[in-house]
Amino acid sequence: MLPDGHSLLRLQSVRVAYDGVEALKGISLHVNEGEIVALVGANGAGKSTTLNAISGILPLRAGEMEFLGQSLVGRRPDEIVALGITQVPEGRQVFSEMTVLDNLRMGAYLRLRRRDRAGVREDLERILAMFPLLDERRRQPAGTLSGGEQQMLAVGRALMARPRLLLLDEPTIGLAPQVAHQILETIARLREQGTTILLVEQNVLASLRVADRGYVLETGRVVLEGPSEELLRNRDVQRAYLGKDYEEV
Amino acid sequence: MDGSGLPQFIATGITQGAIYALVAVGFNLVYSATGIINFAQGEFVMLGGMFAVTCYSMLHLPLALAVVLPIAAVMLVGAGVHYFTIRPLRRAHLLTLIMVTVGVSVALRGLAKVVWGADAYPLPPFSAGESLSLAGANINPQSLWVMACAAATGAALTLFLRCTLQGRAMVACALNRRAAQLVGIRVERMHMWAFALAGGVGAIAGSVLAPIALPSYDVGLALALKGFCAAVLGGIGSNAGALLGGVLVGLLESLGAGYVSSGYKDAFAFFVLLLVLLLRPSGLLNVPTRREER
Ligand SMILES: Nc1ncnc2c1ncn2[C@@H]1O[C@H](COP(=O)(O)OP(=O)(O)OP(=O)(O)O)[C@@H](O)[C@H]1O
Ligand SMILES: [Mg+2]
Repeated sequence: MLPDGHSLLRLQSVRVAYDGVEALKGISLHVNEGEIVALVGANGAGKSTTLNAISGILPLRAGEMEFLGQSLVGRRPDEIVALGITQVPEGRQVFSEMTVLDNLRMGAYLRLRRRDRAGVREDLERILAMFPLLDERRRQPAGTLSGGEQQMLAVGRALMARPRLLLLDEPTIGLAPQVAHQILETIARLREQGTTILLVEQNVLASLRVADRGYVLETGRVVLEGPSEELLRNRDVQRAYLGKDYEEV
Repeated sequence: MDGSGLPQFIATGITQGAIYALVAVGFNLVYSATGIINFAQGEFVMLGGMFAVTCYSMLHLPLALAVVLPIAAVMLVGAGVHYFTIRPLRRAHLLTLIMVTVGVSVALRGLAKVVWGADAYPLPPFSAGESLSLAGANINPQSLWVMACAAATGAALTLFLRCTLQGRAMVACALNRRAAQLVGIRVERMHMWAFALAGGVGAIAGSVLAPIALPSYDVGLALALKGFCAAVLGGIGSNAGALLGGVLVGLLESLGAGYVSSGYKDAFAFFVLLLVLLLRPSGLLNVPTRREER
């Protein structure tokens, strides 16, 4: 892990607005190499907005974003992917009428444009080996997969870009507990393989359990941050987010 | 149209249908990438024809050049249409964008009238030679060119969209714009290419049609409507469907004009379009309808 001064990703006082209404009111956070960082908060707190700002989909109104010491501000989404940040969007968003294989290949779009065919083929086999369920359905249209399978496909597609930093937006939402558990295990496995992860979740308990550190967002602001164990012990977090989770999981 | 009777009607219908198929293929291309129905597609065909006759009769270029140059020219027009009208409105609703293409079509027609006037200009057939006599129908060589161009263009575009990286990326843009952005596809640029290619396809249709039906500034509207019928009949987005739909519309028109009344020629196609929309909205080949929110 790099020392704090050399974070992989760093956001400083980031503000983002939709039609003049501020959704992010000055977010500062950082992600160190090799970490899993959880970004938790209620509906509408600004979690997806944060990820989309990082991915270059939403423009910043103010603030600074750096990845590997380079500013991300004003870069196009494809440039961000090329720099090594890939997002698995909320709601999976697979290309429903394309086959599983084509979805995965699209994930490597920029690499294929650079003609890295051998590397892409290798990764394709690696990812299919990682998700045997997808391998069985490789020629099936993605739209015919179950929710859990689609989520795996969305993660696989993002991995095809060989990201250094993976942004995951609510990967377990709407999934049966065992499937959600599987996805979280995959996330832990990815980290062991060297991918850094920024994980957005509503499932606060489960995500803080796999994460090293966490940030709690509330209406566009970071209200709490710290190591996961600390957050899990925090009374406010327990009261606001964990009351129900404790019974469920 | 020397011969008469059923075989000749069929031959004429298929030729005309091949043109509609080419227009439908242009519709499909823009639709496949952007979800937009581009009603300026007919004007792309008109411009292709007008550029071809201008190159040939006014600039006295060799025929081959006069046919190929307009393809590049109308591709530029297509890209321009995207850049100046669709791109600035990229956050607008799909329906708005479709209305914009209607406006573009009117504008291009008006512009063409100013530039070329209301006259029609001739273009010689691509190859000389006798008409082919087949089962009582006279098929002139240009008809064969029309059919060959339609089949080849449809096949080439299908291959492009199915088998090449950029083709797949273009499809990805329409299936899920956000996801396409997130894998690093430049969606706006893909849309521009789709419009440019649709312009190219339109120009091919325009110049191959010119020797059969003299182009003039106002041929686009009818072509767009028939081509749209063909695309919907075949299931919009499917090029095989476009060929089938185009030939069906062409046949209906020719048989209807021959046996019922030439006055209602246009009505037949629209009547069938209505039937299909009512009974089988996904098209004869049953292409699944797809659109997601943008
Ligand atoms: N496209 C949009 N246009 C206008 N406002 C938006 C848009 N997207 C989000 N917002 C607003 O911005 C705020 C933050 O939304 P965001 O989607 O980032 O929340 P979130 O934390 O991801 O919530 P959830 O857990 O429900 O996904 C909300 O108040 C939301 O209403
Ligand atoms: Mg969200």
